[in-house]
Amino acid sequence: MTINRRTILKAGAAAAALPLLGSRAFAQGEPLKVGFMLIGTPNDNGWNFGHAQGAKFMKDTLGELVAEPTIVENVPEGPDCERVLRELAQSGHKLIFATSFGYGDYVIKVAQQFPDVKFEHATGYQRSDNVATYNARFHEGRAVCGTIAGHLSKTGKAGYIGSFPIPEVVMGINSFVLAARKINPAFEITPVYISTWNDPAKEADAARAMIDQGIDIIAQHTDGPAALQVAEERGIVGGFGQGADMSAFAPKAQLTSIIDHWGPTYVQSAQAVIDGNWASADRWPGLKEGEVQIGPYNESIPADVVAAAEAVKNGQIDGSFNIFTGPINDHTGAEKVPAGVTLTDAELLSMDWYVEGVNPPA
Amino acid sequence: MTPELIIAIIVTVVGASTPILIAATGELVVEKAGVLNLGVEGMMLVGAIAAFITLFLTGNHYLAIALAAAAGVATSLIFGFLTLSLSANQTATGLALTIFGTGFSALAGQGYSARPVTLLGPLFPAEIATHPVWRVLFGYSALVYFSLAMVIAVWWFLKKTRAGLILRAVGENDLSAHSIGYSVVGVRYAAVAFGGAMAGIAGACFPLLLTPQWAERMTAGRGWIAVALVVFASWKPFRLLAGAYLFGLVMTMELYAKAGGGPLSVIPSELWAALPYLVTIAVLVLISIRRDASSNAPACLGRPFLPSN
Repeated sequence: MTINRRTILKAGAAAAALPLLGSRAFAQGEPLKVGFMLIGTPNDNGWNFGHAQGAKFMKDTLGELVAEPTIVENVPEGPDCERVLRELAQSGHKLIFATSFGYGDYVIKVAQQFPDVKFEHATGYQRSDNVATYNARFHEGRAVCGTIAGHLSKTGKAGYIGSFPIPEVVMGINSFVLAARKINPAFEITPVYISTWNDPAKEADAARAMIDQGIDIIAQHTDGPAALQVAEERGIVGGFGQGADMSAFAPKAQLTSIIDHWGPTYVQSAQAVIDGNWASADRWPGLKEGEVQIGPYNESIPADVVAAAEAVKNGQIDGSFNIFTGPINDHTGAEKVPAGVTLTDAELLSMDWYVEGVNPPA
Repeated sequence: MTPELIIAIIVTVVGASTPILIAATGELVVEKAGVLNLGVEGMMLVGAIAAFITLFLTGNHYLAIALAAAAGVATSLIFGFLTLSLSANQTATGLALTIFGTGFSALAGQGYSARPVTLLGPLFPAEIATHPVWRVLFGYSALVYFSLAMVIAVWWFLKKTRAGLILRAVGENDLSAHSIGYSVVGVRYAAVAFGGAMAGIAGACFPLLLTPQWAERMTAGRGWIAVALVVFASWKPFRLLAGAYLFGLVMTMELYAKAGGGPLSVIPSELWAALPYLVTIAVLVLISIRRDASSNAPACLGRPFLPSN
């Protein structure tokens, strides 16, 4: 059931009018009600689409154990989201996923008032007894893409369209370049930040600007396929889908894609609530857990390159390979991570420096 | 910079400027008739989704442009009915129209975001545009030539025709125009509908000219730049043309500078993003220093027409 904010507000009002219907009214064996709060709509073919697919996967996997998930769309990162959270909690949802970074403070606040409801906040960092956080190691997928780029790029120059220079984006750029430079030590990348998550025309123009200046591989950390479409039109070596398979937009140019697969983590959390052993934690799964997946490889990629990409992917799955193991130099060439040392999760989550091979933006 | 790069930059600038120019040309005529329609962004989004759906279903780019114009007209007539027939506040109604257009286009676009279409190709055969210099002149799609032709047509209409004189009279002094027998509301309806058609076509530029896809809110504020541009140009068509290309140049150079390094790349992103607006403020200050300053704004701009008063 996909319902809009207005419907949930009505549902919330109805629930508020029946204060006696507390948690006790939900007898044992009744399906678990799970709520999802999205910042956009599942039509974005990217971030929100991924979460909606995850909700569907949870329902399909757990069947009768969970009710049809409630998805509230277009909830802004502000006081309004507090009301939506509260009304989801009041209408009997025992597990609520808040899927945007800016919901954090409100989740913590509402969670204090509903100690028997479990909250999970995507990409967040604040936890409490009934608030967990979760994210996905997208940068593991970037290492696979970087490996392909290092092999295929003829000019040794790639462009990278970023939204904002936040650690998650910086981490992806660094992972991509580190992987590419293992193949081609002269590989370099120029990130262009466009200061928005959703301005496809600007993304397309950024891609044109980079291609006109000699790059032949393009990667992006924004929500749409605009850059890939320009790559297709201009006939450069290619680019990578982000969040979902975008081959429909760029059948020749999409070399592969990084796919978000939130389903398993949603199943795990819902099962834990049903079993009564849910505990607050910070989960950051990646390729190994299947939360980050690599889409199909383009037919045009030579078999040995696919094999190299698969090796990087499998190495990260079995733990034998970590892209952030030293020696790693920063963009000035100074050693940042000594040989054999691997960056910790905390260091990754606060990453604000670029590795060698990145032409740092102003 | 190589000549090839300069040509490539010009081609990108023209693309980025065209939707702003088309929308602003429409809004200029609307404002010349004394109506302030702040719903440009919303009408552009309705035009964009109408164009996208038409293109997706039929594959016909020109039909897509025509239906985008029609959708823009239909949206603008909502505004027209409320402000002209019911004398509602134009500022509030215009803002509401933008909110409506944003929501309506998102609703109509449900399920279309994962669908690819194709861009509108160049108007002239590729053989003409092989040489780089000819590419600068003849390498664009029909929308670009349309935008330039409309600037000339609007200038000619406002300056040289009787109908244009009536439209300006309605915008400058509605009561006088009314007293000598012109239908103020009728003229304004026509102007608002024209503005709607142009905003719809400007919206069509997004899936047809810039990036062949549908994404919610894909105009990303360019409708507001178009509204600002009309003031920036002090209601003069050729200044509008210069202003649209200046804005397009600023928006595009940001990306080329960041991608290519060089001296301009030290300017931070935030400043680049603010530049079109800073330029607007600077120009407004320069214009207002001059004597003829604000006198160029249509005298009845934003005022409801209430002949009984």
